[in-house]
Amino acid sequence: MSDSGPPTTGSPYVPHSPAETQAMLDAVGVDDVEALFDVPDSVAFDGDLGIDARSEQAVRTEIAALLGHNADLTEFLGRGHYGHYVPSLVEDLSRRSEFLTSYTQYQPEVDQGFLQALFEYQSLLVELTGLDVANCSMYDDATALGEAATLSQRVRSVSGDRILVPEHLRDGKRAVLENYVDGPGCSVASYPMDDGCVDVEALAAAMAEDVAMVYAETPTARGVVEERAGAVGDLADEHDALFCLGTDPVAMALLERPADVGADVVVGDAATLGTGTAYGFGLGLFATREEYLRQVPGRLVGASEDAAGQRAYTLTLQTREQHIRKERATSNICTNQAWVALRAAMHAAWLGPDGLVDLAEDCVTRPRDLAARLDEVVGLQAPVHDRHHFREFVAHVDQPARVVVEDLAREGYGVHAVGDHRIQVCATAQPPQREAGFVETIAEVA
Amino acid sequence: MDYDQARWTEGARYEPLLAEKSTCEVDVADGPLPDDLTRDSLELPDLSEPELARHYTRLAQMNYGVESGPIPLGSCTMKYNPSFTEDVAAHPKAAVHPDRPDQSVQGTLELCHRLQDYLARIGGMDAVTLQPPAGAAGEFTGIQIAKAYHEHNGADRSSVVIPDSAHGTNFATAAMAGYHVVELPSDDDGRVDVDALEAAVDEDTAALMLTNPNTLGLFERDIEAIADVVHDAGGLLYYDGANLNALLGRARPGDMGFDVMHYNVHKTFATPHGGGGPGAGPVGVTEELASFLPRPHVRRETGAEGEAGAGTTGFEYYDPAHSIGKVHGFYGNWPVLVKAFAYIARLGDSGLRDTSAKAVLNANYLAEQIPYDVPFGPFHHEFVASAGDQDAADVAKGMLDHGVHPPTTKWPEIVDEALMTEPTESESKRSLDHLAAAFDAVAGEADGTLADAPTRSTARRIDQVGAARDPQLCWQRLDRSDFGN
Repeated sequence: MSDSGPPTTGSPYVPHSPAETQAMLDAVGVDDVEALFDVPDSVAFDGDLGIDARSEQAVRTEIAALLGHNADLTEFLGRGHYGHYVPSLVEDLSRRSEFLTSYTQYQPEVDQGFLQALFEYQSLLVELTGLDVANCSMYDDATALGEAATLSQRVRSVSGDRILVPEHLRDGKRAVLENYVDGPGCSVASYPMDDGCVDVEALAAAMAEDVAMVYAETPTARGVVEERAGAVGDLADEHDALFCLGTDPVAMALLERPADVGADVVVGDAATLGTGTAYGFGLGLFATREEYLRQVPGRLVGASEDAAGQRAYTLTLQTREQHIRKERATSNICTNQAWVALRAAMHAAWLGPDGLVDLAEDCVTRPRDLAARLDEVVGLQAPVHDRHHFREFVAHVDQPARVVVEDLAREGYGVHAVGDHRIQVCATAQPPQREAGFVETIAEVA
Repeated sequence: MDYDQARWTEGARYEPLLAEKSTCEVDVADGPLPDDLTRDSLELPDLSEPELARHYTRLAQMNYGVESGPIPLGSCTMKYNPSFTEDVAAHPKAAVHPDRPDQSVQGTLELCHRLQDYLARIGGMDAVTLQPPAGAAGEFTGIQIAKAYHEHNGADRSSVVIPDSAHGTNFATAAMAGYHVVELPSDDDGRVDVDALEAAVDEDTAALMLTNPNTLGLFERDIEAIADVVHDAGGLLYYDGANLNALLGRARPGDMGFDVMHYNVHKTFATPHGGGGPGAGPVGVTEELASFLPRPHVRRETGAEGEAGAGTTGFEYYDPAHSIGKVHGFYGNWPVLVKAFAYIARLGDSGLRDTSAKAVLNANYLAEQIPYDVPFGPFHHEFVASAGDQDAADVAKGMLDHGVHPPTTKWPEIVDEALMTEPTESESKRSLDHLAAAFDAVAGEADGTLADAPTRSTARRIDQVGAARDPQLCWQRLDRSDFGN
């Protein structure tokens, strides 16, 4: 055989020899395995699915060829998904099979390693947010925001069914939020922004007794560092609404602590650490105050003691969860993003506090520098917002944005079109040396 | 086979926390932002790369995965995860940004399209979305689709019917979508009682959520009658794909009358569960429901006749006409989907059929070998034994000392002291015999001796009541006197 792998007349991952299969059939007392299928003829499938079995090598070649159809594009793309470099240590150690192929830690005595890593992840988020409790993951920032909204329904002392979000919010987040609050019967409304930050006066006018939660982001969908988060926290407080702040672990290493601006819940995507660019694959971050502990969605790892008197870790407060509480659970989440959380924790540990702060500072200085260079290009003004930026910024282009984006794509560069004459550029997704070619190219097409 | 799990200790704890080894507080002032926009300082662990490598290697050693031994957790389908799917998912061209224009991600879109097609064939469904990031998210997607369908048809339906043996996620999902849950008792054979179903279903019923084979490992033989009852009342039939492994290539939810289903790729299609995720929970629907799928959806685009590009084909995203909106910020858990595609392509028809054959053979063989009472039957891929007078949790801890992971315990509640066991197809006869021997040894333990178990795992029995009574959920709140430095 020139190809790799065993012949594909059955599953290559089934270990039974013909003799073993026969011995097992004898033990069960049937002649043929088909006799074990208790499926009525009327619904049995005896056709062909039409899926050809391939060797390992053939599948590998096929997928490489398929993905080869993806264009080579130097991405200056962000808007909620970022490609920070992931160290080899994370790639290597997170793939150890004891981590990768393990299950949810329902038998904690044999899963101390993963439990401890998740406990360390929760601890990282507690330090970054300044809040008391972090769970050990949701699917992504959008679903974490949805869970925050349903939490606000459960914990708010007076009734309310309106969720306020910024007008600059990525469509994906808003659409997921709307799905999550459809069941509880909430509505989502936006409040205006002022030069990239919260328009506090407009928000104050929008506040009413029926507001259950106010959501703000820093950095915002336009890459602006929110300067008025504290005012949002005060407004939420005055109206007995929860203040939910969207951010990420790299931003939190530098920006004001969410707890210090009055955040009751912090959500966001922690995949900014440990994952890199993976087509929107996320890691939902969720942290909140101690008083809402028993209303938190998702899994929590706690420290305890074992029979030998040693500190040991276990999943805890599981009576909130669907497998115990069923329809009275705080969330339906079961499988979460545990392994992605492990990777984020590893990446943070690899960076250390200095490295994490340095990365966050790069996220301020690199877009600042790139915006200044683009601002010198004829037909371009950057940044649009006269604010501090994090990772990315919006720029004005005299040409239609759609045309600029298409021309750039033809030259091998990716940026977002975010308005008729506005593009958004993320400066931290690529090594800095790629920026020179980008500036030259945009000078030609813009 | 003797077994001792690795155990790294230092004082009154296993491997110390990173923060117990070394932390550093960094002053964040004097950076590129004004002080009033920044935090004051940041305190985090501060260790060298060699120290971290050793820390995480030790943690891995103190953890149990499928490559450590069998994990026969009922309804979880913890089979062997082939290494090569990790390699192909790590292909550099798989790592792209989700906001790229369609034309620049034709490979990604074609792979999605092919996987949608494979899953549709396997499930007997007409259209499949890959967006839900886990099985429970798939359930939510499916129930939101059912809700949108009824609303579109002007029907106001308020309840979802769920059998008492169903996964907890079904109940939680229905409640999350705003439905009232009607719990359906199982009959004496552990299956859906069609008469009870008729009584439970009415003009308020939006859907019946059903697992088939169910969590007792039993095929719902009356599935056509069940489908008729639900459909006659105007409801939809939802298939929970957690147990699809038992039916690969042998029966398809679409053929049984299910209108909407989810697939658990981290179960059926061997993508690693990663200690609790990521998974992926694609959802399949009939033609009638296709316009309600989450947006955007991938389709093959053919250049229209007479236009530029006629005859060329490509792939594009589009928004289904009555889409429920989105269930994930982008397009779901993409790397997991690449692994699932690779796994299905490797197996093909013959491998998929062999999978269900050996999964079912293994379950029935193991059920024959164990010393506990196994009610109901015949079984598909899993069975539920009763530990009888023993505490199922003690049985589980006892099994840990035999180098195996125990079954799911105390669930479903309709069996006393349940031991819900699913060996999967990737266990050999030798491995199953060892599992049976572990069951035997534990069943033979005198009263009380199992209370000491486990003794050979990293940790001894953990005080879970204490953990819940006095939650310590981060290193900052642990007793600082424990800190080593």
